[in-house]
Amino acid sequence: MTAKPLSDKNRENHDVEQIDQGPSVLYIDRHLIHEVTSPVAFSGLERRGLSVFRPKQTVATADHNVPTTDQHLPIRDMLSRSQVDKLTENCGRHGITLYGLNHPFQGIVHVIGPELGLTQPGMTIVCGDSHTATHGAFGSVAFGIGTSEIEMVLASQCIMQPKPKKMRITVDGKLKNGVTAKDIILYIISKISASGGTGYFIEYAGSAIRSLSMEGRMTICNMSIECGSRGGLIAPDEVTFSYLKGRDFAPKGRDWDHAMDHWKSLQTDEGATFDLELGYDAADIEPMITYGTNPGMGMRISAQIPDGSSLAENEKPSFYKSLQYMGIEPGTPMLGRRIDYVFIGSCTNGRIEDLRAFAGFVKGKKKEENVVAWIVPGSRQVEKQAREEGLVNILEEAGFAFRQPGCSACLAMNDDKVPEGKYAVSTSNRNFEGRQGPGARTFLTSPLTAAAAALTGKITDPRDLL
Amino acid sequence: MPVEKFSTIVSTCVPLPIENVDTDQIIPARFLKATSRQGFGENLFRDWRYDKNDQPKSDFVLNIKTWKGTILVAGKNFGSGSSREHAAWAIYDHGFRVVVSSFFADIFKNNALNNGLLPVQVSEGFLSFLLKEIHTKPSSAVKVDLEKQTITILATGNTESFDINPYKKACLLNGYDDIDYLLSIKDKIEKFELQK
Repeated sequence: MTAKPLSDKNRENHDVEQIDQGPSVLYIDRHLIHEVTSPVAFSGLERRGLSVFRPKQTVATADHNVPTTDQHLPIRDMLSRSQVDKLTENCGRHGITLYGLNHPFQGIVHVIGPELGLTQPGMTIVCGDSHTATHGAFGSVAFGIGTSEIEMVLASQCIMQPKPKKMRITVDGKLKNGVTAKDIILYIISKISASGGTGYFIEYAGSAIRSLSMEGRMTICNMSIECGSRGGLIAPDEVTFSYLKGRDFAPKGRDWDHAMDHWKSLQTDEGATFDLELGYDAADIEPMITYGTNPGMGMRISAQIPDGSSLAENEKPSFYKSLQYMGIEPGTPMLGRRIDYVFIGSCTNGRIEDLRAFAGFVKGKKKEENVVAWIVPGSRQVEKQAREEGLVNILEEAGFAFRQPGCSACLAMNDDKVPEGKYAVSTSNRNFEGRQGPGARTFLTSPLTAAAAALTGKITDPRDLL
Repeated sequence: MPVEKFSTIVSTCVPLPIENVDTDQIIPARFLKATSRQGFGENLFRDWRYDKNDQPKSDFVLNIKTWKGTILVAGKNFGSGSSREHAAWAIYDHGFRVVVSSFFADIFKNNALNNGLLPVQVSEGFLSFLLKEIHTKPSSAVKVDLEKQTITILATGNTESFDINPYKKACLLNGYDDIDYLLSIKDKIEKFELQK
């Protein structure tokens, strides 16, 4: 038998058929939906007179456009409310489980899947959201889909997928103090660009990746799309299994033993070939920050912003347009730059470990008075845990307000918008123009670097305060 | 939704010589609150097209009468970022049927094909020639022939062939969609579930 990468083996286990000179029909184990990208899929289904083929394999939550305060009240924005109502109606009609606002399991779709044990090794998982790659941290093939594909899954539990090329990114060595999973992925994207992974499915490997918790691994896989790759995975190991054990929807008893037999076999074969292999030394990674308007425009926090002189002529206009939007002079430093907002949250860094890191950093200190900080837990369970662990008290004493779960300022569909021209240090995943509000300017960082900025009101190397 | 059959297109072009146009630029998140697929064209490139008082920005190409047509020509890595299919709907709803670029993001490409919008990937050289041509001669027409998989600048005769998956090509030419196909193999899917 030929040696194969794990992602190929997972895919082959789910191949219903291969269309001649076309895509393969891929069976989907787990389908996650939310209020923004699903309504048109349901109306398409109904126009064809179809019902949902396998309603038990779809789980819904409301996260993208929900408010992060006063969630017990009716949603004020009428359009947002109508989307959330539509989701409730569609789920009710088709027998789909919904963890809506105020349900103890509600939260960002990519936070709740793993924390409920819905995400398991070897599965195929899709969602109408490009950060579905997050679930790849468990060794599953997980990727974002469009609304037409949501309709396909609802109708047939399958989608059509061409086979992607394979890339393996190996990060070996020991991470420096103050360097987190977020810095690893921002570093990788800065090396290969915002489009370097397009057409590939990534496997992350190496001792530095292995040393990460599940939360850290999720942060890495989550941002695979920011280099253009639809998905990325990490082979499961003891860290994965102990994270899953006992979770609400993880297998129990004999089913667990049976699942473990399968999960332990989920590894890339020795000698498997990839279309592209990249390797990095963990010791070369420092706290990272983005300075431009795509996630590939990132650098070490202590570096100077590039002056663009080394770029090809056709790349220069987009580069200078980007810096102009950011209000940044080429060739200047990032350290010491004034900031206005700090956002902790999102499917990238809204998990309990992120809140622990942030709270641990600001404990006993005070938020700089001019900084507006939004601390948004990724789910109700994260919120509850943060209260139980005393993190909320620590944050409040340091001058930070704790909000309710949702996607929030990551995409600013709700009221959590950074005003025009203001600078936000954000633990989310995209620094696109207007992403955090029309005219808003985003610097992407780890929770530690965001914490340092919240305390000083300036871009600050977190290691200076550790 | 079954798509309109795609036939050969001859049109003038609208140039957008910007790289890494992400789907948040194509349609910002705050306009994703509708529950039907129509009407997104109004907000296509919203924040590039209108100022904060909702007045058209005179320097943005969609607001300049000189350039019109059903072919959008954009810089490399078009459609990156969010998987929102609303981006493809907005471009289609505005009246475009083809997007030409030297590189497309995966999810966008798939979404476009599922909605009868043809992504045509050309070489860097052809793209920069085409952008220069339509910049200097806005009336220059381009022919996109899906059957032959070619794109041709009619005035100069410059032509290039483009790739498309044969299955997707057949779907576009005939107006089929994937759901029709998936429903036709339901027995096979059920059999697969039993074997799993």
